Amino acid sequence: MTDTPEKNALDDIPEAVSEPKRRFSIQLVWIIPIVAALIGLSIAVKAYIDRGQVITITFKTGEGLEAGKTKLKYKDVMIGEVKSIAISNDRSHVVVTAEVTKDARGLMVKDTRFWVVRARISGGNVSGLNTLLGGSYIGVEAGTYTEPREDFVGLESPPAVSVDVPGRQFVLHSTEVGSLDTGSPIFFRRMQVGQVVGTELDRDGKGVTVKIFIRSPYDKFIKVNTYFWHASGIDLTLSASGVKVDTESMVSILLGGISFEEPEGKGDAPPAPPNTIFSLYATRDDAAKHAAAVEKFVLVFKESVRGLAVGAPVDLRGVTVGEVTKIDVALNAKGTDFTVPVEIQFYPNHLLPKANGQEKAPETGDRMLRRLLDDMVAHGFRAQIKSASLLTGQLYVALDFVPGTRPAKIDWKADPPRFPTVPGSMEKLQKNLIEIVQRIEKLPLEQIAGDAGTTIRSLDSTLKSADQLLKNMDRNLVPEARSVLIESRQAIDEVKKTLADARQTLGGANGVLAPDAPVQIDLRDTMREVSRAAQSLRVLGDYLEQHPEALIRGKKQEK
Amino acid sequence: MTQVNSGIPSAASNGLCSCHVCRLVSRRSRFSRREHCPRCGATLHFRKPRSIERCWALVIASYILYIPANLLVMMETGSLINYRKDTIVSGVVHLWKTGSWMIAVIVFIASVAIPVLKLFSLTFLLISVQRRSTWRPRQRTRLFRLLEAVGRWSMLDIYVVTLLAALVQLGSLAVVKAGPAAVAFGAVVILTMFATMQFDPRLIWDPLQKEEIHD
Repeated sequence: MTDTPEKNALDDIPEAVSEPKRRFSIQLVWIIPIVAALIGLSIAVKAYIDRGQVITITFKTGEGLEAGKTKLKYKDVMIGEVKSIAISNDRSHVVVTAEVTKDARGLMVKDTRFWVVRARISGGNVSGLNTLLGGSYIGVEAGTYTEPREDFVGLESPPAVSVDVPGRQFVLHSTEVGSLDTGSPIFFRRMQVGQVVGTELDRDGKGVTVKIFIRSPYDKFIKVNTYFWHASGIDLTLSASGVKVDTESMVSILLGGISFEEPEGKGDAPPAPPNTIFSLYATRDDAAKHAAAVEKFVLVFKESVRGLAVGAPVDLRGVTVGEVTKIDVALNAKGTDFTVPVEIQFYPNHLLPKANGQEKAPETGDRMLRRLLDDMVAHGFRAQIKSASLLTGQLYVALDFVPGTRPAKIDWKADPPRFPTVPGSMEKLQKNLIEIVQRIEKLPLEQIAGDAGTTIRSLDSTLKSADQLLKNMDRNLVPEARSVLIESRQAIDEVKKTLADARQTLGGANGVLAPDAPVQIDLRDTMREVSRAAQSLRVLGDYLEQHPEALIRGKKQEK
Repeated sequence: MTQVNSGIPSAASNGLCSCHVCRLVSRRSRFSRREHCPRCGATLHFRKPRSIERCWALVIASYILYIPANLLVMMETGSLINYRKDTIVSGVVHLWKTGSWMIAVIVFIASVAIPVLKLFSLTFLLISVQRRSTWRPRQRTRLFRLLEAVGRWSMLDIYVVTLLAALVQLGSLAVVKAGPAAVAFGAVVILTMFATMQFDPRLIWDPLQKEEIHD
């Protein structure tokens, strides 16, 4: 370029190096807003695609739920969030509006279940402890239908068993629920194989229905003849052999539980279909008893059954073969007397003849059993009430062959069949007593009394004549007797005298013969003198024997 | 307010141009031709090249990104007790409700007021320059300086979120996660800063010279 010397100050400013101008081109900088727009668009699109499905769930209470905070969790994975909580129009429950994520949309079907997860302690497990700190959440369990749905009714308690656990549900009927609760364990050979999923009172209020769930593969052990019993608590049995404590497990002691078993030796029964209804018994013994075939009979007694209680044993020579289930009282048809129909349950399997130790199945033995019972009744098989204990006055029903009863038959037409009875021992005793009283009443007591009167009178006259007789005897016999007595007394006196003389004579003799009598003393002295003389003679003899010279010289002087 | 003197000639009107790289002032022909600095060879421009266009692009991008930045989740805070997902505004509201008014105000100013102010100011400046407005160039220049000064302060949010996310990772006890809005917001902040850098304040004064200076 050329220098312009006009501006000295700018002389030393160098010229810029120029190059030919290029075509106008689009600036790269516009990529940035385009990219930003794309990002923004993509976010918007994604948000639109991912927008959740809005569902409503109704709960009885909004406890622990918070709008914008409470999550919906399926298998502990968050699938949504509670957006708002409102009270329903009729103010009876709360309506929770929740938004579930896109990928959980498929879960919202007809039978999907919702419940609020809170900290719970039930059925031996503690759940939801994390909710104590983190707040409750709504648990979700997917249904099996495909039909989508948007309004749900939430469960008030979590489902005990989730849908995806294989197994079968059964129904138990019991008189009372005991300590069972949702989640109570169910044991088979002391192993937990299921749990109670619900308990409810029957509509008629006469019992409870317990729904149970047995996990697969254990559900195949529930056969048609399986029996269930309460396994809660401790079964303490005091018997001759000591104390027997029977418990299922510590958990069941605290929380209750149910055990089940198959009757032994019954062969293989078919597995029970789902939702089969079983009875739930109080104890294992009960269950085992009932598991056998049960025949119900009614026994009609005319006597008082005071002391016979429901549950009293039906006894066959000491073996309990049943129990009393109901005691009633009924007026007979004529209205003249009361009878006491006693209903018993009776397990006839004890009676069935056992073929090589195996009881025959009761199903097949039903007709046979009837024939057998009829046969036995024909031979005098009867029921009667006996006293179990005179102290307590408890009675029991005894079955036995009673000889010499009138023939009777089981009335199979009645429901339950009527079993013939004979009066019990107490009644017999009463009857005998009554008979005795009646006999006493029949005695001709007045006549007897009259007879006794005449007898007494005749006795009186007899006594009087005896008196007279005595008087006569007095008059006639006594004087003579007296003279006889005097004479005899005289004779006795004489005898006495004679005796005294004899005694004197004897005394004299005594005087002579007594040891201190003078004769005796003199005699003794004499004898002593004689013995001394004899001694002196012996000494003299001896001396002379040794010193014969003494006779001449005399005794030597002792020096 | 000093009287704006429009009689003072600018360097560009005298054909002088300073190199962006080595600051050498060289004389340029008036013709819009591509010229190089005689000393370092860098391309010479009288004004920041395509300043307005680039600035617009970045401002528009910022506007676009500002929407998700405010709608999406800025920060997820999870603890044993609760789990929150906060957008910027909900975070401010939460802070205000829980009684941390000062912090709420600071956050609001740093992450809502300032970005909005920047964007609007830039937009205003761009429009005014494009319309060759001669209205209060000095104030507009001051506004531009303010923009430059304040630009980096809206990064406050991002700092907080990133710091927390890095520090608070106590397993299940407490977790802080940066949400997708943090990225958008960071992008907005950066883009506005670039936009401010692209803007040539000399353009505010050029209309006073009654001449157009390109390139």
